[in-house]
Amino acid sequence: MSDHHTSSQASAQSSAVPSSRRRFLKDAAGVAGGAGLLALGAGLYARQASALPATAIRPPGALAEADFLAACVRCGLCVRDCPYDTLKLARLGDGVATGTPYFEARKIACEMCDDIPCVAACPTGALDHGLKEIGKAKMGLAVLIDQENCLNFLGLRCDVCYRVCPVIDKAITLERIHNPRSDRHAMLLPTVHSEYCTGCGKCEKSCVLPGEAAIKVLPIKLAQGSKAEHYLRGWEEKKAAGESLIGKQVELPVRGLEGKAYGDTRVAPGEGPAAGEGAVPDYKPPFRPGGVDSGWKP
Amino acid sequence: MSAQGTVGEGGRKLPPTSVRGAARRGVAARPGREAIAAKGWLRAHKWLLLRRLSQLGILALFLAGPWFGLWIVKGNLSSSLTLGVLPLTDPFLLAQQLAAGHWPYREALLGGGIVLAFYLLFGGRLFCSWVCPVNMVTDAAAWLRRRVGLKGGKVPAGSTRYWLLGFVLVAAAATGSLAWEWVNPVSMLHRALIFGFGLAWGIVGGIFLYDLLIAPRGWCGHLCPQGAFYGLLGRVTLVRVSADRRSACNDCMDCFAVCPEPQVIRPALKGVGQDHPLILDGDCTSCGRCVDVCGKDVFRITTRFNRSES
Repeated sequence: MSDHHTSSQASAQSSAVPSSRRRFLKDAAGVAGGAGLLALGAGLYARQASALPATAIRPPGALAEADFLAACVRCGLCVRDCPYDTLKLARLGDGVATGTPYFEARKIACEMCDDIPCVAACPTGALDHGLKEIGKAKMGLAVLIDQENCLNFLGLRCDVCYRVCPVIDKAITLERIHNPRSDRHAMLLPTVHSEYCTGCGKCEKSCVLPGEAAIKVLPIKLAQGSKAEHYLRGWEEKKAAGESLIGKQVELPVRGLEGKAYGDTRVAPGEGPAAGEGAVPDYKPPFRPGGVDSGWKP
Repeated sequence: MSAQGTVGEGGRKLPPTSVRGAARRGVAARPGREAIAAKGWLRAHKWLLLRRLSQLGILALFLAGPWFGLWIVKGNLSSSLTLGVLPLTDPFLLAQQLAAGHWPYREALLGGGIVLAFYLLFGGRLFCSWVCPVNMVTDAAAWLRRRVGLKGGKVPAGSTRYWLLGFVLVAAAATGSLAWEWVNPVSMLHRALIFGFGLAWGIVGGIFLYDLLIAPRGWCGHLCPQGAFYGLLGRVTLVRVSADRRSACNDCMDCFAVCPEPQVIRPALKGVGQDHPLILDGDCTSCGRCVDVCGKDVFRITTRFNRSES
């Protein structure tokens, strides 16, 4: 009711002389609108630019990207205390949030200093001081991304990424598998284990390929799938329980494969029901030109 | 131009009564000529020289490390560590950070407290005129504008910066990040000088051209939210400029011509809306340029409690 009264009074006044209040409101609205637009523009740009390029790696101990962008004041103290000039501050146009620290593994990788000086230098907590052991850092995750050009996948013994890994034999192992191309050799495939990989990037840095590396450190979000929690891994459950969860199974003999481990049904020429005692009269082993135990010899 | 010049000569005898009038008479193109004649060049540029010394000296401290390996100060104006013990953090950044929802470590809070206390004591926008590197850019634009005789322009309202300050904090809260720091020319220029430019030249050049061609004193005096933040501190700051010999004023308008915030002078010099000669407006940057250019020594730097007049 009182609203009615005052507003009618105000309009009566303003019709007589241009009300200073009205002018103020008009000016204020204009100014607020302009400033709002500017801030909105900056905000939108910030949001768009907050998508970190995949090759830009944050220093060790960096908070998750969204929290990091709230915590980092872009002072560069981490950059200054990095003894290997690995870290740099993003410049406008670099594609990384302006002024925030990052490194590119292919250029200079993280040397994983024991005392983690970059983390100690951070005044705001954008780099978490709770990180005391560099081995627990998760800057990213190495992925052997190009299996077509990786020399080890071609059957050679390059092994450089494995050799330079500061967490050798844990973060990267060489997994031996049969080389079906030559059929006589092994391939030793560099294999990254996310549990131990710190994302330091030394593997990517030292990959011998001329331009792009075959192994790359990526943000964990890009490098790793989500764990399917509803699938239980039988071997893990068995190990945790100390025995199979379904109890000991009755092992029935398989005719012709008596000498083999239970469940191993691979048959080489001369084995199986086609040969020996109890052979099936008309059985011919299937033609297998290559692969494991093909029996082919030059 | 020449016609204006002759009018300008006449204008010396009949003092103009407004900035616009002074500009019309050509006085504003070279303010401070009377002061140089009266006090000598050095004294007529005392505060300006000290200010440039301060701005360049601070920059030199930051650059001594990366350029010469002399690590006195590490970091940049956003946050720094001096001699390995003294942390300093920009409270404007801390305000954004708190708005974005991050509670910083003690180092940053301590550093922010020290900086806050300093500017509360010595003048909020002292940062703008004695520290901020953008000041040299906009001062250059203002100087060139006076020299070339560019008049007019489209200036946003002086209150825009306070709105912008509000929106900067709202944007930080809404995006959960220091959104303004993506584009903040103040921190960007200082960081660029120390850590490399990238495309930051574009923003600095943009501000120069904006101040030169579109809005006189547009960036520092009307838009910059960081200046607005320090202006809020300036409202209660201890060290202030006083027009304590205002009775000697001969209305030459030189102080209005050089002042980056000319609206703050009138209340003190002309006693409009106040009876004491102190410039208490938070927008005053304590640059001391009015002290320099005044041939009559009207202004001096004192404290906010000194309301005496001589």
